[in-house]
Amino acid sequence: MNQNEWPLWEVFIRAKQGLNHKHVGSLHATDYKMALENARDVYTRRLEGVSIWVVESNNLHASEPSESESFFEPAEDKIYRHPTFYILPEELNHM
Amino acid sequence: MEQTEILYQYLLHLGDNSLIQGQRDGEWCGHGPVLEQDIALTNIALDLFGEARNIFAAAARLKGNGETEDSIAFLRDVLQYKNVLLVEQPNQDWAYTIVKHFFYDNFHNILMTELCNSNNADIKAIAQKSVKETNYHARWSNEWMIRLGDGTAVSKEKVQTALNELWEYSGEFFIATSIETQAEQLGFGANLETIHKAWTKTIDEILLEATLEKPSSTFFQKGGKTGIHSEYLGFVLAEMQYLQRAYPGAEW
Amino acid sequence: MEINLEESFQNKIDNEIKIEPREWMPEKYRKTLIRQISQHAHSEIVGMLPEGNWITRAPNLRRKVALLAKVQDEAGHGLYLYSAAETLGISRDEMYNELHTGKAKYSSIFNYPTLSWADMGAVGWLVDGAAIMNQVPLCRTSYGPYARAMVRVCKEESFHQRQGYEIMLTLSKGTPEQIAMAQDALNRWWWPSITMFGPNDDNSPNSAQSMKWKIKRFSNDELRQKFIDATVPQAQILGLTIPDKDLKWNEERGHYDFGTINWDEFNQVVAGNGPCNKQRLKARVAAWENGEWVREAATAYSNKKQKREEHKIQAA
Repeated sequence: MNQNEWPLWEVFIRAKQGLNHKHVGSLHATDYKMALENARDVYTRRLEGVSIWVVESNNLHASEPSESESFFEPAEDKIYRHPTFYILPEELNHM
Repeated sequence: MEQTEILYQYLLHLGDNSLIQGQRDGEWCGHGPVLEQDIALTNIALDLFGEARNIFAAAARLKGNGETEDSIAFLRDVLQYKNVLLVEQPNQDWAYTIVKHFFYDNFHNILMTELCNSNNADIKAIAQKSVKETNYHARWSNEWMIRLGDGTAVSKEKVQTALNELWEYSGEFFIATSIETQAEQLGFGANLETIHKAWTKTIDEILLEATLEKPSSTFFQKGGKTGIHSEYLGFVLAEMQYLQRAYPGAEW
Repeated sequence: MEINLEESFQNKIDNEIKIEPREWMPEKYRKTLIRQISQHAHSEIVGMLPEGNWITRAPNLRRKVALLAKVQDEAGHGLYLYSAAETLGISRDEMYNELHTGKAKYSSIFNYPTLSWADMGAVGWLVDGAAIMNQVPLCRTSYGPYARAMVRVCKEESFHQRQGYEIMLTLSKGTPEQIAMAQDALNRWWWPSITMFGPNDDNSPNSAQSMKWKIKRFSNDELRQKFIDATVPQAQILGLTIPDKDLKWNEERGHYDFGTINWDEFNQVVAGNGPCNKQRLKARVAAWENGEWVREAATAYSNKKQKREEHKIQAA
């Protein structure tokens, strides 16, 4: 791989006020200013964004797909985290 | 000269700069040094053409004689264009292109900021829209001047050479033509001295950060704004206008 | 009981569960995807050249900005696709290297020259039209990043086809010279466009595996037929004649019959002997090589800046 290759950055866009930032793809840039400008040029040409986050791909850490069983499944057993586990009197309404 | 005519000519000053700069930028499409920068430069070109269209549309309305944005853009000859010599210079390479943008974008940005105070409704509206874009353009070119000036020895040499060569074209913006003087007196045009001061301040700051030497010459080429262009403009227009000239009157 | 990795992988695909980056996948799946996605990306980038050709010569300001925006979209599409391919473990520079050395291909349609303004119409209408036909099914392809990139691309692509068709429409209602220009463009772009779908199914050995892995969702011939059926009425509206004397509606089949494709010409172009192959590659290689000092400068500046920040922190 080329020593000179520009670092890869991951791009997240908030499409509208009130929404979360969503991952939309990646691009190459040498610094965060360039990455933000490039992201604006590439991913918001049709007014699809009010806010942009960029993270150098090296700094993005992800869970291991192969460990997804031990990582995620235990949560399935802990149903007391979910509102449906609890039975409340009807008079309470909408809690 | 009648006031309407002064306004019309002033609009041509404004529109032709963006038109010709946009035309030069369009030449880069597909040939940029990096895909993301190809997209960035194209974005800028689109902004410039958009602004030119707004300006020419306003000029056409002013004339009210059937002129359109296209007849203004495509059916004048070299001597009738009012752009500065700088924007018609060839792209050559990234260094020359960035230096041209560095000079033009900062001027353009400060000019549009000033024109937000124009007493002409059309100009004011155009300026208010443009200033959001020119802000971005100036940021982009300034950042590139710094990257190239303070990058490698090779990039420093290339950008310094381009800076030295293009320097003599950086003064024409501020040499007022009689149209610009009258436009200012009538309240719809900008004061070039004010712009010059602000422009110089920015140029000095950026060149310092870019570790580049500011050329010391005080001689500046002029003539574009009064229709006396370099030999380049003829070729630019020949390419741009060819279809309209080859098929006069056709709808596209 | 151990489930075989290949089985569980195929299971996901069969159940329309997307495969995401860094998940286990057969090496051949990964390689096939890298090849397909990167060649798709290269096609977008090289495709900027025949149309970029006309930006400085567009006949009016409205057409000029529309064409600029279209070519810019293509750059963007290339970028989305390179980005998707990079999640599979190849870098953009490596992909460029493959393109520049001829190891990787791009769609052969872009090896044809754009000779008149009408070509902007024909390319948008036919070439983008064919591309859309290929790309819409890919929005449901099995690899997540590729599918998501395709959704983005498809949203933007329909503007391209409409733009092209509108140009043809305007020309077909214009002066005799403009009508002739439009007909001439159709004559030159028709056959190359229908070969965009690739060789006949019985000549495509890799198709079966790609279909199983949902990297490909319809066969070449299926898509080609679909494209022809959709396009013939569009040509009729334009009042232009498709250059195929064997083109005829077949009531029994419910499709248009069409003439024999000249596969020799197609193969020649794919092998590098098309009208513009050398120029296209030359242009891309030149852009890359001439841009080397620019890329290096940006990297050098970024490194310098980082060191300065580090020193500042240390000194503080």
